[in-house]
Amino acid sequence: MADDNRIPVMDEADVHRAIARMAREIVERNGGTEALTLLGIHRRGTDIASLLRDEIERATGERIAYGSIDITLYRDDLMMIGPAPVVGASELPPSGIDNRNIVIVDDVLYRGRTVRAALDEITDWGRPSRILLCVLVDRGGRELPIQPDIVGREVPVMENQRVDVLVPTLDGRLGVELAFLDPESK
Amino acid sequence: MNPSLLSLGKDLVSLEHVSREQILSILDTAEPFKEISERRIKKVPVLRGKTIVNLFFEASTRTRVSFEFAEKRLSADTVNIAASGSSVVKGETLVDTARNLEAMRIDMVVMRHGSSGAARFLSERIPSSVINAGDGQHEHPTQALLDLLTIRDHLGRIEGLKVCIVGDALHSRVARSNVYALLTLGAEVAICGPPTLMPPGIADLGVTMFTRIEEAIEWADVLNVLRLQLERMHGGYVPSLREYNRIWGVTTERLEAAPKDVLVLHPGPMNRGVEIDSDVADGPHSVILNQVTNGVAIRMAVLYLLAGGQQESAEAAKQGGEV
Repeated sequence: MADDNRIPVMDEADVHRAIARMAREIVERNGGTEALTLLGIHRRGTDIASLLRDEIERATGERIAYGSIDITLYRDDLMMIGPAPVVGASELPPSGIDNRNIVIVDDVLYRGRTVRAALDEITDWGRPSRILLCVLVDRGGRELPIQPDIVGREVPVMENQRVDVLVPTLDGRLGVELAFLDPESK
Repeated sequence: MNPSLLSLGKDLVSLEHVSREQILSILDTAEPFKEISERRIKKVPVLRGKTIVNLFFEASTRTRVSFEFAEKRLSADTVNIAASGSSVVKGETLVDTARNLEAMRIDMVVMRHGSSGAARFLSERIPSSVINAGDGQHEHPTQALLDLLTIRDHLGRIEGLKVCIVGDALHSRVARSNVYALLTLGAEVAICGPPTLMPPGIADLGVTMFTRIEEAIEWADVLNVLRLQLERMHGGYVPSLREYNRIWGVTTERLEAAPKDVLVLHPGPMNRGVEIDSDVADGPHSVILNQVTNGVAIRMAVLYLLAGGQQESAEAAKQGGEV
């Protein structure tokens, strides 16, 4: 935290307020919790999805379906990067995804390539009724025609900066910070 | 951000010099691949556009089909060549066959060959990745890897386990690959079988020898029962199949006399009633069909790791993590 290379953007309370609003928006856009399924993108998207699910349960009393999706095998740059990145597990919700209203959840939306990969993977799994995109932070900089439906916060970020969403399971705390990329690594 | 795995290099020919970290990274990579085979659409696009030749100079059903499923589930384009129907019968050499395939622009060769060292020989002469699917009496790396994955699935670890390889270790490439990988991961390894079927020099690797199956079963957490390779035996290695079964066969009686539960593996194809009794093969100790299922996941993992991008652009992977 004392690292002056990092700029706090959202603290824990900010994230909780954003999650509460996003959860309401998801239920509102869906017209209730009927057929609603959250799919978190591995890894930090799954934590955000789990927070949203808890929030929706608090507000409506309904425990909605939930799964996770690892997009590694659908990346468009696999043969350009190397060595092979670690593949995570995808877990479909028991109710499946056919005829469900899917909400893809991720921590940061940037180039849009992860979401493109997730859409392809979901298409291979089945045919949902509808897919929405929900992200905690939209940092701009899209390279594909993909836009979010529900956003926690829009954060303007420079090319030499990175957005870090911190989650308790991986980072020990909840929050959003900007970090400067090492100029050597550019 | 995606951490990158250790590179396996160009080929998978042998497990003798593969590190503990590399073996664990293959096993860990196989875990998420298991789930793909349970999907309704059993296919991911990761090897789209890659061409793989399955070059089988020896008979194989399980291994060839397992590799082919693994390749197809990763969206690779595959061609199968069996020696009997190819120009090999016209006298073409291995290198000429491979160079001709190279000339048609392929990316990987999965090869089974009757000569020990054939996979290494080929890997040094062509730029494509070579995966050894069994070379003579040398090695069968993917079989050992799927054995390890199956053991880890059922017992939660490899390190510190006592694994006994039972039977025809002399003719077995499965035994050799298993010994290397198990020792690398810190298991205790033993071999049990008739002295005529013990490979010379095996004790130098730190492997315990048992000549009585009862002792081996009492000692072991895991038995990997090898097939008696009748087609490779010319001469008196064993007195008769009936006697082999009587002395070294893995039977329910013998397993029930053991002080603890023993996990039973067999690489197949089984000679039921010779090295393993039918009621053991189909019984509660057996994980033989789990091995077959895991075989596809392990081969997907190996294909994925070998097909990965170039080492020098690893920095790009770190940059590309946030997408």
